Amino acid sequence: MVSKLGLIIKREYLAKVRNRSFIVMTILSPLLIVGMIVLIAYLTKINSDEVRVVSILNESSFFQHQFKPTKGISYLYLDGISLDEAKDSTKALEYDGLLHLPNEKDAEKVANSAYLYTKDNPNTTIIQQLESVFQRQLRQDRLQKLGVSSDQFSQIEQPFDLQLATFDGEKSVKGINEIKAFIGGGFGYAIMMFIIIYGGFVMRSVIEEKTSRIIEVIISSVKPFQLMLGKIIGTSLAGITQFTIWLISASALLLLAVTFLGIDLGELSGSSTAMPGMSQYASMDSDMLMYAREILDIPWALLIISFFIYFVLGYLIYSSIYAAIGAAVDNETDTQQFIFPIILPLMLAIYVGFFSVFSNPHGPIAVGFSLFPLTSPIVMLMRLPGGVGEGGVPLWQLLSSIALLALTFLGIVSLASRIYKVGILMYGKKPTYKELVKWLRYK
Amino acid sequence: MDHILVAKNVSKMYGNYTALSNISLNIPKNCIYGLLGPNGAGKTSFIRIINQIIYQDSGEILFDGEPLAPKHISLIGYLPEERGLYKSMKVGEQALYLAQLKGLTKPEAKTRLKYWFDRLDIADWWNKKVQELSKGMAQKVQFIVTVLHQPKLLIFDEPFSGFDPINANIIKDEILQLKEQGTSIIFSTHRMESVEELCEYIALIHKSEKILDGKLSDIKKAYKNNIFDVGLRVQQNEDTLMKNLEEKFNIIGPKFDGEEHQLDFKIQLPSEETAGILAELSKMANINRFEETIPSANDIFIQTVNNKDNGK
Repeated sequence: MVSKLGLIIKREYLAKVRNRSFIVMTILSPLLIVGMIVLIAYLTKINSDEVRVVSILNESSFFQHQFKPTKGISYLYLDGISLDEAKDSTKALEYDGLLHLPNEKDAEKVANSAYLYTKDNPNTTIIQQLESVFQRQLRQDRLQKLGVSSDQFSQIEQPFDLQLATFDGEKSVKGINEIKAFIGGGFGYAIMMFIIIYGGFVMRSVIEEKTSRIIEVIISSVKPFQLMLGKIIGTSLAGITQFTIWLISASALLLLAVTFLGIDLGELSGSSTAMPGMSQYASMDSDMLMYAREILDIPWALLIISFFIYFVLGYLIYSSIYAAIGAAVDNETDTQQFIFPIILPLMLAIYVGFFSVFSNPHGPIAVGFSLFPLTSPIVMLMRLPGGVGEGGVPLWQLLSSIALLALTFLGIVSLASRIYKVGILMYGKKPTYKELVKWLRYK
Repeated sequence: MDHILVAKNVSKMYGNYTALSNISLNIPKNCIYGLLGPNGAGKTSFIRIINQIIYQDSGEILFDGEPLAPKHISLIGYLPEERGLYKSMKVGEQALYLAQLKGLTKPEAKTRLKYWFDRLDIADWWNKKVQELSKGMAQKVQFIVTVLHQPKLLIFDEPFSGFDPINANIIKDEILQLKEQGTSIIFSTHRMESVEELCEYIALIHKSEKILDGKLSDIKKAYKNNIFDVGLRVQQNEDTLMKNLEEKFNIIGPKFDGEEHQLDFKIQLPSEETAGILAELSKMANINRFEETIPSANDIFIQTVNNKDNGK
């Protein structure tokens, strides 16, 4: 019996990895992904390298030399011409804007009647830059009137960061919850992708056996359940092979791109909105060390073991449903109505994860979804980097989540295999949900 | 008599649909047993139960005297009606895979496959993909895979569908040869022509019930209705002859060929006794044909099904 299962697994694995489109995807995907990352990084770089020019016509005696060129914007001072002439020349020179400061008695009035002229809607970076210059100068002026010297002012302006620590007295850094959830989320996301891609493979392979009519030849030698199990295991082994190749080749390619093309990936994370805190706060070396320590502090062993448990159980649950769907229908177009309800909990898990678990990993929503078996493989992994026990996931939650998942696994696999058993011998019709329920009672 | 398979009161329902009701069959060893019936009668359900693909709701099945169990799967070879092969797999590789699933070791499977591939003249196809094969070629591969593990019981469900006449003949000869070697064979079909040449025993299944079974020759005897086929060489006036005949006998469908002076008709006799009739007939004309009409399997099939449907 075991050797038959082995034979089936081997055949399914070889059939998958020898498939031409599978090979093409295995080779092409990392190239595409790395290519995209490099392209985005490159475009971001071009964008940040571009310098915008704003001409300034200052008819007042205030704000002289306050506008200092920054990385993205440079200023050009116009002098002794009228506003209209200044507009014309700015337009003619294709500068990005003209800032006009009229001649007024004091800085407040100058600022209030100043205008930025642009061709169309002005760039937000330019507006922010200009506003901050005005703001800083005006605040300084106002404080000076209250008797604060410019030296004192610079002292006041020192930025402030709140220090963070846990109750145990361990120092902490901002954004670490997000980073941890992000790492867990990465695992969860990998599980979801794996389920969707390779679950679909399982389904198509079942449909192929049905349409090519080999199914009855095979199940006269092996039990339908063996065939289903062998198919799921063989396909997932092919999937793991593909994933591993992707991981290795994508890292190698990325390394090559970084070394030879000089793409700075830091710019990417700086511009991404997923982790607004990170690059900003990580600027200081001591913080960097702290981040490194926090990441090392993540219970990796627990996380990886849990990943495997959740991965295996979650994948088996979903792929057996996929197999049942494949058995129930006659061709792939009929699968749509059955697939949507499967994808739904997966999508829900990802969205709930990103919107609720990141900010509040141990809140009621996070707890609920990490216990519910169809979402727990993804949501629980997002919570786990915080550890188990105090300050992390309570042990009972982890254990009951796994127990629930295991029970669901047994239930779903037995239901799915019943539908599979009946479905593979039904040709030429698309069943309704009602009929599927009826099939469950067949002997 | 020794039986390879005995079914006792086997019933099977799919929800509210009855596929088999109280089927009892005795299938003798070393013979070809025809399982006949129209489409949807329940033949395939019965065969799937023998192959343990599905299970009966009630009743018992004995294989070679023992209750049917999973260990018997390797002693049965099954060629289903709905059959196919993996399209993208190579022929040889696929045959090896299917043979190994039946419990053969790889080297054993290889040797036997080589023998069969040569025998059926398809050795060149070993490395071809199935999608390049014609339907008949694929059927040959399927036939080989079915018989390769030398099962005690072979089950063929519509084995000749998809074959051209030449290849169908080759397969028919192979089936007969397997029977000669001692294999018991169940042959399921709704095509009656093939039954006459092959089957020694038949069972008729109609609307989930067995309505007839037994030795084909016995059934035919039972269905004989003492009708004889007669041909006469006519010398005198055929009208007077006809008149004389119709006065004495029950004549069915007379046909006269004036050029050949040949009169053909069927005659219904009250018993099997023919000596008197022959004497009478030979006084009237030259008899050049006198033959008992034996009902064909097809006739029996249609007659039985009609009787059943009319509630007789």
